[in-house]
Parts: sequence; C-alpha cells; structure tokens
Amino acid sequence: MKSVIAEHLVKTYDKGRVRALDDLSLDVEEGTVLSVLGPNGAGKTTVVRILTTLLRPDSGSASVAGIDVIKNPEKVREVIGLSGQYAAVDEILTGYDNLVMFGQLYHLGNKQAIIRANELLERFSLTEAAKRPIKTYSGGMRRRLDLAASLIVKPKVLFLDEPTTGLDPRGRQEMWGVIQELVKGGVTLLLTTQYLEEADQLADEIAVIDTGKVIARGTSDTLKKQVGGERLEVVVEQANVAKTMEIVAAVSGNKASLDEGLRLISAPVSSGSAALFEVLKSLNSSGIHPLDVGLKRPSLDDVFLSLTGHAAEEKKAEIQEKKRGRK
Amino acid sequence: MSAVRDTYIITRRQLLLLTRVPEVLIFSTIQPVMFVLLFRYVFGGSISTGQPGGYVQLLMPGIFVQTVAFTLAGTASGLAEDMKKGLIDRFRSLPISQSALVIGRTLGDSLLNIVVLTVMGIAGYIVGWRPTTGIAHVALGFLFLLFFGYALSWVGALVGLSASDARVVQNVSFIVTFPLTFLSNAFAPTTGMPRVLQYFAEWNPVSTMVAACRQLFGLKNQFGATAGSFPSEHPLTTSLIYILLIMAVFVPLALRKYRNSAN
Repeated sequence: MKSVIAEHLVKTYDKGRVRALDDLSLDVEEGTVLSVLGPNGAGKTTVVRILTTLLRPDSGSASVAGIDVIKNPEKVREVIGLSGQYAAVDEILTGYDNLVMFGQLYHLGNKQAIIRANELLERFSLTEAAKRPIKTYSGGMRRRLDLAASLIVKPKVLFLDEPTTGLDPRGRQEMWGVIQELVKGGVTLLLTTQYLEEADQLADEIAVIDTGKVIARGTSDTLKKQVGGERLEVVVEQANVAKTMEIVAAVSGNKASLDEGLRLISAPVSSGSAALFEVLKSLNSSGIHPLDVGLKRPSLDDVFLSLTGHAAEEKKAEIQEKKRGRK
Repeated sequence: MSAVRDTYIITRRQLLLLTRVPEVLIFSTIQPVMFVLLFRYVFGGSISTGQPGGYVQLLMPGIFVQTVAFTLAGTASGLAEDMKKGLIDRFRSLPISQSALVIGRTLGDSLLNIVVLTVMGIAGYIVGWRPTTGIAHVALGFLFLLFFGYALSWVGALVGLSASDARVVQNVSFIVTFPLTFLSNAFAPTTGMPRVLQYFAEWNPVSTMVAACRQLFGLKNQFGATAGSFPSEHPLTTSLIYILLIMAVFVPLALRKYRNSAN
C-alpha cells in the first residue's frame, strides 16, 4: 500500500515565472522511508508543504494515508506529523510547556497530555532540560523537541523537512540516531535532505529532485549502479603510463582512460579488490612502482553530479519562499 | 466546541508567555504610566480645560484610548514573530480549528489590556483623576476600551500576517496608530487645529472613543468643526459602530490571510 502519493504536482511563484514544482510525482510505500534529495531550491520544501496541507498546488493531486490532501486537508492533519527546517516551537516556553500545549491541541486531555509530554522528553533525552525555556537549548535539542512535538499522536506518516540542516556534526549524529529508532519502530517517513550521506544512511529509497522534477529514483545501490560501479585508479610516473594502461585494461577487461595532467589511469572494474590485487601484481612484475593506487566507490555526490550535471546551487524558488517570510 | 477549546489553549499559551517573560507585562504597563505622568505634569499646567478637576480629567480617557490602540502593534508583532519562527506552519499542520491561533492571540492581547488598564487607572487616581459618575459608568467605559482594543487587535493581526519582516510590522503599526492617536482630541482639544484637520480629528474613531469615555466619566466634550453632528452628539453609539465596522472588515480579512498564509 502506498502511504503517500503525489501526482503531477505543479507549483509556480511570481505569476508563473518561477516553477518551484514542475510536474513532480512520487510515492512512499507504507512502512518505508523515502528520502527526497536535492540541492537548495530544487523544490523539496514545496513538496512537503503541499503534502502537509500548508500549500495548495497549482495543479496535480496528492494523497496521504489514502486521504486527498486538497479536498480533505483537515482529515490529513489528523494523521500526519511534520517537523520543519526550523524548530517550530515556542522559544520562551519550556520544552515541557510546549509538548503539553501541543498534546492539548491534539485533544489528548490534560492528564494524557502531561503523561505523553514526559514520555517524549524521556525518549528524546530531554528530561533534564524539560523545565528550561527552549531558547537555552542547543540546535540539536531544539530539533529533537520539534520532532517530539510531531510525534505526540503517533502519526501514520511523518514528514521531516531537512531535519539536520544547520546542525553541527554531533547534533546531526544524534538526530540520525533518533530517526533510525523511529524507522525501526515502523513509521512511514518522507524525509528531505541536501546531504547525500543522510539519504544513504536513513532511507530505503531515494528520489533525486532538481528544478522541481524527480530526475531519478531507486535505492542507494541502484542509483550508484546507474553511475557505474567501482573504478580502479592508478597514478604512475610519465614513463610508465603506456605500459600501465595496458595492464589496467587487461585486468579490468575494459578500456582504460587517462587523465594526462594527473597521470591517472582508471577503468571500471567489477571484481573490486581482487582486480586491485591483480593490477598491483602485474605492475610489480613489470618493475613499475605506482605513486598511488586505489578503488573508488561512487558516492551519492557522484550520482547527483552525473544526474544533474551541476553541483548544489541555490535557486530562485527557494529564495522566493524565504522572502515570503515564513522562515 | 473543539474550536473554543483550541482557542482557549492558545489564549492560555499567551498568558503563560507573560508569566515566563514578566518584562513584557512590566514594560507594557510602565510605558502608559509614564505617559500619564509626563502629560499630567508637562502639559497639564499649560492647557486650560475650562472643566473642573483640571487637565488630568481630560487626559486620562485620551491615554486609555491611546494605550488600547497600541494593541494593534502588539498583536501584529506577535503574529509576525510566530510566522518567522515557523510556528504558524506547525499550528496549521495540526488537526485544530484553523482560526484558533489568531483568535487566541487577539484574546490574549486583550487580557493583557485588562492588567494594563487597571494599573493605569490606579496611577491616574494617584495623580488626581476622579471620575464623577460612579462605578457603573466607569466600568462601562473600561469595557468599551477593551472592546476597542480588541477590534484594533484584528487590524494588527492582518498587518502581522501580511508583513514579511518584523521591522516592517513595527513601522506599519506606528504609521497606523500614531496619526490616529495624535490627530485626535486625546491630548489637546481639536478646536485649536486648522479647520480642515478638525473634520478628520473629530471623526477619527480614537476621538469618538475618547469622547465616549469622557462622557462616561462625567465630562463635557468640546467639538469644533463637527459640533452638533451625530458623532459629537453621540460618541458612544458612533464608537460602537466603528468597533463593529472594524471587526466586520478585519476579522474575515485576517482569518483569510491566515488560512492562505502560504499560497
């Protein structure tokens, strides 16, 4: 069963001049994690805002847990949790106050709201800070509290919009730990990120988006394969380049390519470290001492670059949204 | 029913905020009290009122109205702040009544006004303010003041939800409230103004509110250009019409703005 379905979503700003979403479709299987990966301005936040009823698309349709987002936004709000890019909690109030208030807004009743607040504070290691105002919290603690607020009533589908943007490495690690716990508990999650590593770590499936369109999707492994498997790379002295190219081609069974400036010879290989070992043996018996040798696995960065042809850059749509003052 | 509950929770959050940052409450009361003292002792001596009890009798209704008029800025900056922090997104993604956040905010700001007006009333009494009409009339006056503040709070809600920046909110709020409060009979009689200005100043809702309060506190009103017209003869009724008119226009506008706040 699909928990989230978005079909042909279009959203424009500035009277159509900026296309934030350009016929975007995606879906999330129940109980799985989809990571929407893309640079700033690709349309990630816009997708999340449409799916969480905060924004109406110009055209297209979407449903969450089988409920139409455009026709029945009130019903959708009952089954989702949302944690945005910016910790959306009241800074002046304490962590405890915030969670109790949100619990009451979910109509838990006072007693139940207090019990739930304490449970969540405990679960996200915030019990000690519970009675302090949020403004004294670290970035990581704020995000955890924000996440806790989105879990007050166990949501059928959870949306996390760039949950670790702006966190230091430690805060990011902590957040990943928390999210991985949730995933183990079987939540359906749609997570946006601009960190390829994060998508790799947390998601079952990745949808790469750029300029408002999904340009590739699949598991982290299939995406990596799309770019090609591992490559064997050898750097040698100028005098040995020709001979080394022969050896690399023979071992890999593929045509070797040469970066002349770096004197770097490379070729795709399928046998991984065995090929590395073979090449070293052949080089050695030919009396060639490589300056550098190694296997390079494609990162999701490579995937992204090879799919979009450009690295992350900030685009108009996102800047536009920022200007609208909601951040 | 759940809409009422949601609104109540948001209003309570507002009060909780006040207990957590008592400075807000302290400064919201210090400022009007300071105005009372400054106007009473700086201008009080040089403005002859021709009414028993001196300038302070005329001044107090003026300062009361001015103070509740500034609710506009309070609501506006509060909502703008919530927008900026993404809190509004969170509230809008919750299964709650979509108007609860704005209604709760306006109610909370009115509750703050009760405290502020009480403190000002006491300060006024200390410096010689003595309404002559009895407790029922004074209470009715205060009720009117709260109601007026509540209506302007909705203007502030629209300003706060429309602006892109907290500083813009400040400026817009000032541009709206300053001319309204000073181009009025609040601090000086309108009869000294150029005749063209008198029309504006006397039809201004702030003036009709001040006139209504003065009437309720037992004072005579002085009108210039519009003397004898309906607003000058019936400031209470006129103010009530203004209040209802402001709400009829700005409540729906602000709520619509909130619902569409990202579209």
